[in-house]
Amino acid sequence: MLEIKDLHVKFHTRNREAVAGVSLTIHDGEILGLVGESGSGKTVTAMSVAGLLPRKQCSYSGEVLLDGQDLLHADRSILRKIQGRQIGVVFQQPMNAMDPLKRVGEQVGEVLKIHTDMDSDARKKAVLEAMEAVELPDPEAVFRKYPHELSGGMLQRAMIAAAIVIRPRLLLLDEPTTALDVTIQAQILELLKWLNAESGISMMFISHNLNVVRKLCTHVAVMQRGLVVEEGDTDDVFFHPQHSYTKHLIEAIPSRKHTAAFGKS
Amino acid sequence: MLRGSSRQYAADVVPEAYCYMRSTVRRVLMLLATMIIVSFLTYAAFELISGDPAEAMLGTQATPARIAALRRELGLDAPFPVRYIRWLLGFFSGDLGVSYSYKQPVGELIAPKLEVTLCLCLLSFVIITLISIPLGVLSYQQVVGRFGWIHTTLNQLLMAVPAFFTGILISWGFGIVLRAFTPGDFPDLHMDPAGAFRHLLFAAVCIAIPRTAMTVRMMRSTVISEMEKDYVQTAISRGNDRQGVLLGHVLKNSLVPAVTFLAQTMAEIVAGGIVVEQVFGIPGLGRLLVASISNRDYPVVQAIVVILAFWVVLAGLAADLINQCIDPRLRLGGGS
Repeated sequence: MLEIKDLHVKFHTRNREAVAGVSLTIHDGEILGLVGESGSGKTVTAMSVAGLLPRKQCSYSGEVLLDGQDLLHADRSILRKIQGRQIGVVFQQPMNAMDPLKRVGEQVGEVLKIHTDMDSDARKKAVLEAMEAVELPDPEAVFRKYPHELSGGMLQRAMIAAAIVIRPRLLLLDEPTTALDVTIQAQILELLKWLNAESGISMMFISHNLNVVRKLCTHVAVMQRGLVVEEGDTDDVFFHPQHSYTKHLIEAIPSRKHTAAFGKS
Repeated sequence: MLRGSSRQYAADVVPEAYCYMRSTVRRVLMLLATMIIVSFLTYAAFELISGDPAEAMLGTQATPARIAALRRELGLDAPFPVRYIRWLLGFFSGDLGVSYSYKQPVGELIAPKLEVTLCLCLLSFVIITLISIPLGVLSYQQVVGRFGWIHTTLNQLLMAVPAFFTGILISWGFGIVLRAFTPGDFPDLHMDPAGAFRHLLFAAVCIAIPRTAMTVRMMRSTVISEMEKDYVQTAISRGNDRQGVLLGHVLKNSLVPAVTFLAQTMAEIVAGGIVVEQVFGIPGLGRLLVASISNRDYPVVQAIVVILAFWVVLAGLAADLINQCIDPRLRLGGGS
């Protein structure tokens, strides 16, 4: 469904290519985990897919094909019809990603306002349903709240609701749980897993946390210095890592023995 | 890391109504304090500079005995603190005193002038607001674009030209050459409102030009910095076009600093108005203030200064209230 072919991105202000020839594929219903340290090009790859690259500040080549249509070089007006409608994005910091002056309900329904001609009642109904799907308690109340009145976990749920309310085909998640604490993190992962199973939505999940990726993703791509160094089925990558960098990453995961000592599974 | 849930409950335990009341009371007290301090400082300033109202009224030929008699009559022989307290008590009981030079109750003297100045200030404020907010948002694209430097230069130029200079230019251009109004001959506000409005309009434009340029610049830099924020990325990722991002999100977020800035403008307009009133011959507070200072007409000066202080504090207060409507984060308490 999504096919990235030989993607290169270089910002004018940097010497090194942020993305130096990445090729990835996501099939329908797959969850691809994109792992790597900061600066490895994970986010830039995702931004190229979401049409969020600052085009004037970088040079880019390759193809990003969504159902065969190239997004990388597509006209802005074409891109806008896909953004939000086909591709939903969830960012790392829900507090900053929300417009602080708009009610949460309005922001969750924004995609509907842009891409459909639903009236406000129908939009509200859809928003409340999406909020219920992401297990936000008391959707009616949350609808009327402002972002600063919600906790980080609830806001991230609202952001996910905003991304899925129009039922896009692909969800891009850029470290969606990094800013949240561990219990909330686990809940959000459960939620994403459930969404994938229930609606078959494909996801690209960016994280530097291998543990999280192992729990959620069907496929993994490991990135280092703008390149994909290893890619494959999650279990294959975890049990038979080929690349030394992947082995390093896996060794860096706290082992079960240690985590058990802290009383966690 | 193992602290468990760090869920924040933003809603305070303190009831909202109580917070509102407390902040309102605090504001009213601040308003009073400001006015008292300002009036005291003005009184003290007159104590320090030379000049005597009795001498000013009687002329240089007057005998010392007559001057002394008049001083007693005006209550000027009392020591400074006593005079100030007397004035203050009078002020709070609604008695602003009698003008020395016009022999008229100050309230009566000021009211029509205040009306004119108020019209002038509001008019130029409306011009500034209506032009600079849209222009500031629009000029965001201009600056980013190729012709940004023309914009910046023009902006600098308009900001640097003093109001009295544009005042003289406009008086000459529109008044003498085009005869759109008669400089120096201000029609009565109630007898000929249209004529008065036309006269005021030109003066208001003079006051507005440099302030508009400043506000546009400020608005533009606010928009530019807002465009860097994360929520703009979110807005774009949802398929908003440029207009949707600017008008749907960035504009409202830029308004809070703009409102604060405009409140300062509101205060500064009055100061700019004093000069422009002279240039256009508008019988407003500014002219009265200048005349009263040279006549050492204390009661009039005191009253005008207190009104101006009230005006400044009121503008700040209005800005706070408007900002609370715009930004929900400012609503609780009033602190932070």
